[in-house]
Amino acid sequence: MAILDVQHIEKHFGATRVLEDISFQMEQGQALAIIGSSGSGKTTLLRCLNFLESPDQGKIVVNGETLFDAADPATQKEAEVRKKRLHFGLVFQSFNLFPQYTALENVTLAPELLAKERPDFRTRKREILEDIRLQGKNLLGRMGLENRADHYPHQLSGGQQQRVAIARALALKPDILCFDEPTSALDPELTGEVLKVIRELAEQKTTMIIVTHEMAFARDVADQVIFMDEGIIVERGDARQVIEHPREERTRQFLSRYAEGVEER
Amino acid sequence: MLSVTLTLLEGLVVTLELFGLTLLFALPLGLVISFGSMSRCAPLRRVVKTIVWVVRGTPLMLQIMVVFYGPGLMFDLPLLPRFTAAVVTFVINYACYFSEIYRGGIQGVPVGQREAGLVLGMTRSQIFFKVTLLQIIKRIVPPMGNEFITLVKDTALVRVISVYEIIWMGETYIRKGMIWPLFYTAVFYLLINGILTLLLGWFEKKMDYFR
Repeated sequence: MAILDVQHIEKHFGATRVLEDISFQMEQGQALAIIGSSGSGKTTLLRCLNFLESPDQGKIVVNGETLFDAADPATQKEAEVRKKRLHFGLVFQSFNLFPQYTALENVTLAPELLAKERPDFRTRKREILEDIRLQGKNLLGRMGLENRADHYPHQLSGGQQQRVAIARALALKPDILCFDEPTSALDPELTGEVLKVIRELAEQKTTMIIVTHEMAFARDVADQVIFMDEGIIVERGDARQVIEHPREERTRQFLSRYAEGVEER
Repeated sequence: MLSVTLTLLEGLVVTLELFGLTLLFALPLGLVISFGSMSRCAPLRRVVKTIVWVVRGTPLMLQIMVVFYGPGLMFDLPLLPRFTAAVVTFVINYACYFSEIYRGGIQGVPVGQREAGLVLGMTRSQIFFKVTLLQIIKRIVPPMGNEFITLVKDTALVRVISVYEIIWMGETYIRKGMIWPLFYTAVFYLLINGILTLLLGWFEKKMDYFR
């Protein structure tokens, strides 16, 4: 069974149609890269998956459970949407770390708040919090940031901040981790360290959706690639095939513009 | 000199009471007004914005007189006690200024902060208290400090309805042929505002650990 099944998603902003009939599936442990020029709807799609936008049409099914169905208002209740978001993690282009917390606190804040809802929190409080702290430290270690745990975001480089943000998203153990152009806000010399971390996650079979402008990275790391243009999926297939031997003319044009470096970023 | 100081201190107590009571009520009321001015309900937003416009757009001195004399002259109602009328006017006036500062602080927090909280499964109130509140406070401390200092000096306006604050007390000496007590009142204002400036500076420094 597919871990994620997106069916006929459609989204409008006013009269503008941003997404049109978006459907795709993903298997557990796969990495999916979404490419396309600015304004093609990639980010909106990720935001729909994370319930930051709600689609006008379509269904989102995770592990066989229908999380969202535009036709069924019962799936759109605020309180439940909050829980459903936890199936997905999202790493933002602009990191969005909480400035008043240290790197470690950024990672542990949400797990701590969630733990408070556990029935055994009162009795096992110290144990649980210690456990969360330990896991947070481990995650930062995996990101190569063990000695940055007590730094505040403004004391970290962009690449380090983004790795903290990845650890923060992983701390909630999402089924699917989404990246929204994770390196677009970084100086070129800092993109490598973030891409390396994402590459490692792919090797560990983390289920991921990566919106990216790094074509070589998408080709090497992703299993599938989706090329979007003007709100529709133009081409979808094996990563190497789409990027090296695109079938569609529009994909070819997009990729050649990239090769020439004309496309912005 | 000592007797003048004691008399002025009597006025200073009134000044400080007015200052303290205004802050006590205007700080929370301002937050309520700021929520009104950001409400999704357009009629409410318009009403609130109009009130803020009128209050910020007319002299505080005039407002004091309207609140004190207005009910009696227009509706034949009994007058409010002078000090109460002064407090009411100051609270409304300052709450409107504070509301704009709150609004700036709230809207100044990037949307990404709220969205990051949402995708991490936080509730709205968790996002407000754990994520945005401290960032809002940090943003509003400097403009609030300005208002506090202005408020200390604005208290002098209540003399128009004969509330015996410090300037009034200083002026009574003019009848006795002494002008210096009036000038001497400045020392008290400077002292209060000196203390305020130190406190605000200390608090700003406290918030300096993040950006």
